[in-house]
Amino acid sequence: MAFTLPPLPYAMDALESKGMSKQTFEFHYGKHHAAYLNNLNGQVAGKELANAASVHEVMLATWNGGKPGPEFNNAAQVINHTFFWESMSPSGGGKPGGKVAEAIEKDLGGYDKFVEAFKAAGATQFGSGWAWLSVGKEGKLEVSKTANAENPWVHGATPILTLDVWEHAYYLDVQNRRPDFISNFISNLIDWQRVEQRYLEATK
Amino acid sequence: LPDLPYGYDALAPIISAEIMELHHKKHHQAYVTGVNKALEQYAEAEHKGDVPKMISLQPAIKFNGGGHINHSLFWNMLCPEKEFHPPSGALEQAIDAQFGALDGMISKFIAATAAVQARTWQGGSGWGWLAYHPEAKTLVITTTPNQDPLQPTTGLVPLLGVDVWEHAYYLQYKNARPDYLKEIWRIVNWRDVGRRYEDATGA
Repeated sequence: MAFTLPPLPYAMDALESKGMSKQTFEFHYGKHHAAYLNNLNGQVAGKELANAASVHEVMLATWNGGKPGPEFNNAAQVINHTFFWESMSPSGGGKPGGKVAEAIEKDLGGYDKFVEAFKAAGATQFGSGWAWLSVGKEGKLEVSKTANAENPWVHGATPILTLDVWEHAYYLDVQNRRPDFISNFISNLIDWQRVEQRYLEATK
Repeated sequence: LPDLPYGYDALAPIISAEIMELHHKKHHQAYVTGVNKALEQYAEAEHKGDVPKMISLQPAIKFNGGGHINHSLFWNMLCPEKEFHPPSGALEQAIDAQFGALDGMISKFIAATAAVQARTWQGGSGWGWLAYHPEAKTLVITTTPNQDPLQPTTGLVPLLGVDVWEHAYYLQYKNARPDYLKEIWRIVNWRDVGRRYEDATGA
């Protein structure tokens, strides 16, 4: 049984007025995300890994304690991208509320400090990678960055928000201007309700 | 920031003018600005004997300095298609001896740099290289991640480098990195590459 991609949670042009174009989604979801999935299916065909319950399982299994197998890159990128789409919403943006806002206050020193840290994580991930807001193993919020396909899940943390900073995520829309891409994501795209749900799930 | 040896549109249609202008004026410029800033801060920290600060600046020096080195090489390793000449002389002989033919070398090069699912290449950001190993005295095909410059980090002598960061091809080829890697051979400046080989081998 081949793994499949969940559909995008919104139409491809749903975030166009908020700075993430339909054209970007046509490539990012339609080509990049699809290629990771297709490549993964090709790699696991006929192997034990094909019987895993989910791509998430394949990802954890192939991380191999930091010496990842060839399937890891594709499995992790399938997971990372789905998580990314679901971190955004046409009604996204603004500031967090509820328990996650309290935690941002307590664990990160407030929203402004979170923004500063998240921007820095995205901007100083020099090559390809991701910026994350996660619940760490001790239950506290942490901002981090990872390279290529790596993510906090393989380190035992629970992400609640992510931003793709591979160039393909922003090049069609803002070309080299990654800082603008990051600012726009923070101001206009984050689905804080979803992030709150994830936070409650991770800390119950 | 060094000038390009040709106009922004000189490598079209293999690499568009739009990409060349962004790549040179924005990306390469940013590495130059970045390394200058990091070196300034490093000099200040060194003057104060602040070793922790010096160490904390090293990633920025490596990244931006490496980016400047790599791109400065890259512009010279390419030429307009109308000036294209295939490899000749000592380099041609070495390629044939080691890879059977130029096509054999190209296939290996593409295999090393194209695939996201390749074992040793995570496919994110980096460079593909045809290089010279000064001790083994052979040609080598290899990759470096991010902006790691080849010679300072490995001792290998760069002969030909291909930028496989997405910014190098995305506006034109989008996700089709294999197409970019197939077409770029039309604009490799083998005269420049051959000169580097001769310098490296003392030929």
